[in-house]
Amino acid sequence: MSKSSLKQTLKDLETKKISIRELNQVYLKRIKEKDNLNVFIHFSEENVLKQMDNLEKDNSAKKLKGIPIAIKDLFCTKSMPTTAASKILENFNPTYESFVTQKLLDEGSIFVGKTNLDEFAMGSATNTSFFGNTINPLSKENEPLAPGGSSGGSAAAVAADLCLGATGTDTGGSIRQPASFCGVVGIKPTYGLCSRWGIAAFASSLDQAGIFSHNVEDASILLQSIAGFDQRDSTSAKVDIPNYFENLDDDLNGKTVGIPKEYSIDGTPMEISQIWEDAIKVLEKKGVKIKNISLPHSKYALPTYYIIAPAEASSNLARYDGVKYGFRSDEIDSLDEMYENTRAQGFGREVKRRILIGTYVLSAGYYDAYYLKAQKVRKLIADDFNKAFKECDFIVTPTAPSAAFPLNEKQNDPIKMYLNDVFTVPASLAGLPGISIPFGKDKNNLPLGIQILGKHFDEQQVFNAAVSLERSYE
Amino acid sequence: MNNLIKGEKHDWEMVIGLEIHAQVKSNSKLFSSSSTKFGSSPNSQVSLVDAAMPGMLPVINKYCVEQAVKTGVGLNAKINNYSVFDRKNYFYADLPQGYQISQYKYPIVGEGKVTIDFKDGTSKDIRIVRLHLEQDAGKSLHDQNPSKTYVDLNRSGVALMEIVSEPDIRTPDEAGMYISKIRSILMYLDTCDGNMQEGSLRADVNISVRKPGDEYGTRCEIKNLNSIKFIKQAINYEAKRQIEILESGGSIEQNTMLFNTSTGKTRPMRNKEEAHDYRYFPDPDLLPLEISKEEIGKIKSSIPELPDELKNKFIETYKLSNYDASVLTAEKQTSDYFNETIYSDSELKNHAKIVVNWITSELFSLLNKNNQDLNNSPVSPENLGLLIKLISTNEISGKIAKEVLEDMFSSGKTARQIVDEKGLQQVTDQGEIAKVIDEVITDNPKMVEQYLAGKDKLLGFFVGQAMKLTKGKANPKMLNDILKQKLNKKN
Repeated sequence: MSKSSLKQTLKDLETKKISIRELNQVYLKRIKEKDNLNVFIHFSEENVLKQMDNLEKDNSAKKLKGIPIAIKDLFCTKSMPTTAASKILENFNPTYESFVTQKLLDEGSIFVGKTNLDEFAMGSATNTSFFGNTINPLSKENEPLAPGGSSGGSAAAVAADLCLGATGTDTGGSIRQPASFCGVVGIKPTYGLCSRWGIAAFASSLDQAGIFSHNVEDASILLQSIAGFDQRDSTSAKVDIPNYFENLDDDLNGKTVGIPKEYSIDGTPMEISQIWEDAIKVLEKKGVKIKNISLPHSKYALPTYYIIAPAEASSNLARYDGVKYGFRSDEIDSLDEMYENTRAQGFGREVKRRILIGTYVLSAGYYDAYYLKAQKVRKLIADDFNKAFKECDFIVTPTAPSAAFPLNEKQNDPIKMYLNDVFTVPASLAGLPGISIPFGKDKNNLPLGIQILGKHFDEQQVFNAAVSLERSYE
Repeated sequence: MNNLIKGEKHDWEMVIGLEIHAQVKSNSKLFSSSSTKFGSSPNSQVSLVDAAMPGMLPVINKYCVEQAVKTGVGLNAKINNYSVFDRKNYFYADLPQGYQISQYKYPIVGEGKVTIDFKDGTSKDIRIVRLHLEQDAGKSLHDQNPSKTYVDLNRSGVALMEIVSEPDIRTPDEAGMYISKIRSILMYLDTCDGNMQEGSLRADVNISVRKPGDEYGTRCEIKNLNSIKFIKQAINYEAKRQIEILESGGSIEQNTMLFNTSTGKTRPMRNKEEAHDYRYFPDPDLLPLEISKEEIGKIKSSIPELPDELKNKFIETYKLSNYDASVLTAEKQTSDYFNETIYSDSELKNHAKIVVNWITSELFSLLNKNNQDLNNSPVSPENLGLLIKLISTNEISGKIAKEVLEDMFSSGKTARQIVDEKGLQQVTDQGEIAKVIDEVITDNPKMVEQYLAGKDKLLGFFVGQAMKLTKGKANPKMLNDILKQKLNKKN
């Protein structure tokens, strides 16, 4: 790989082969060169320089000292504005630092900027942002491609080598799918592993922070840095965080991989089925037992997700009302009009669509038929996984049903867009950890991703399988 | 007991249920660590969570949960080991999250009951449907600026207990007694400060009317009443309004009403069609609340004596009437005062009824007249005990004692000091009383003649004259006896 890895860079910094300043100058230069990709909502060279100055004065040893990291603009940050890619938070400057970004700051990393995303993380192409599309760095000149979404800016930032790692959030696939589209590694850990405190909420029972990186080793280093219990988040888990990197073990001999038959979906491109088979073959060669499993309720995952997530979103986004902070419409003659105009003008189409869906499924008379039923199905989907994991150590599937698609495709067909999440959503509903790693290319030489799912809080197994596949592919 | 009210055409019965909102006594809010102090400057007690900043999450305040459990025990109610916080979604300027965190399907406390006591010695149970925890909203200030509304979020997120009764109440008086009883229990438990003026305790009243024996009628809900007086007024007005409509052939619309405290009238706020769809659903930011039997047991064991237990104890120990005992236990400060008085002298437990009377009539009326509270009464329980001791040992008469109490109240002196200084000891010397009576008889020969001729009523005149001469200090019984003796001898 031509891109320097986080692991190598940490070594180079330690041996003084390169200084923090030199390192970050390289990234600053590249960020400015790649301005056309529209990766960042907020980028300030001055702010990066200031962080460098401060770190140079700091003599303490820090695990990620001087490492340039990009932050999805859904994490509230004190030193940079936070917009959630929405007009409604266009000029919002938090007075607080999210749990995850604070952890990264404590480790001495440098925030190069806030990356673009789908508005409030609602989308699969980073094309619902108030601040415009992000362009997949792998695009050919005359055909701009979508980077996936919602964390498309973070995936693109890593793919374009504008940082050594990036944070993302994943609600139904928002880390794994863009990682697949951009040819980088993206991990969504178990729900509850990383505190949600300070992340603008989309769907509280599904939102989970995670990491983009150039490779699995880097992801294992970074995930350890952002994980941990936080008493300010009631859904945060009190579990010991292992040293994923030190414990990495690519020897999978004797392990069992589950291959869910329900993930063979009609209309999936040949190339995708092909890389899936390839991955299975590689694992088999490594002494992994192949186990065909069934996740019978998977086919209901997508509709279930598109009831639960919008329902929670409709309530979570009620706080953006123009009263306390953020955008407020000028056209106000009454309180009701203030709400109507502020929210009509402040939110984009996709956000409004999901608020409407969510409001509808929670309404009196519909609640039982939609929301309550969806919760029951969600339980069945989780049970499927629990059962399957009695027979296997991890599960391997494709990450997305396609490679990166052209920017403007599917723009006006929300259902088609929602289908992008078909392989990622079931694990989200079950709260399971999942990683996407690049594994093969399609006929246009675009990267394709393989998804590895693990048991609750068994990120280590996920990393081990991922690093094993990654090394065999290299 | 006849609880019916007369309409133009026939009699009607009120059917009333109350939803009481009691602010949990706690230093911090239900889901944040901000202070709950009343009367602080606007928006000075607002955390990031209370202001619903992006990414902020609620964390349950365990103390508030304990307070709710305690209250549930005090209401003789079932404590639920499993309860769930739901979001109640609606937009309002002083509701920063755009939803209120409340409990809908699974409240922390289930069915219970409280007993109210009537003057005639009877009592009645009012059933409780449930108690749940919820957040209070902030406050919109409409009167600070002609064209703007300001929002104060100090109250936003403060913990409330909503206590819902069955429609077991039949009169405005019962409603008043019920809320007084709830208030009393909360204050004994120290789970709410009971301050209705500051809004720590307020109620929504559901009321309908029916002909006796009929099914329940359509009800209206009167929102946010913060005094017992207003609750009674509102019920009376609303019942009359509903009866008038029904008797003139109309029907009741299920409305939510507001009560205007200056006109004493209710007016509709919104009707059934305009009612909110709150889209309740379990708050995904919070885990279900699970309380173990052990925890409940621990809380139960920490509960002080409650008014009803205390009432029964008073009835048994001091042979008080049900009503006296209930008046005494209605407020913790009263029962505390009574206890302290009784315990100040071992003799007094034999005169408990006198002690009750002196507290609930004489002392209370002095406190009322001077706009003072029992908690800072100028007369201490010990001093009142001393005064009662003087009465019970016949050292002073009851009449003199009233004077002495007034003096104690204003001067702060003890009864002993006042009696000694003013020489108010009762005259119990037979000879001295006989001497005074002789004087009265000698001075009023005509009256004596008339009395002996059969005008019995004149006895009072002689008593009065003799009391006047002794400055009221003569022992009334002795005076009476000797007077009768002497007059009859004349016969």
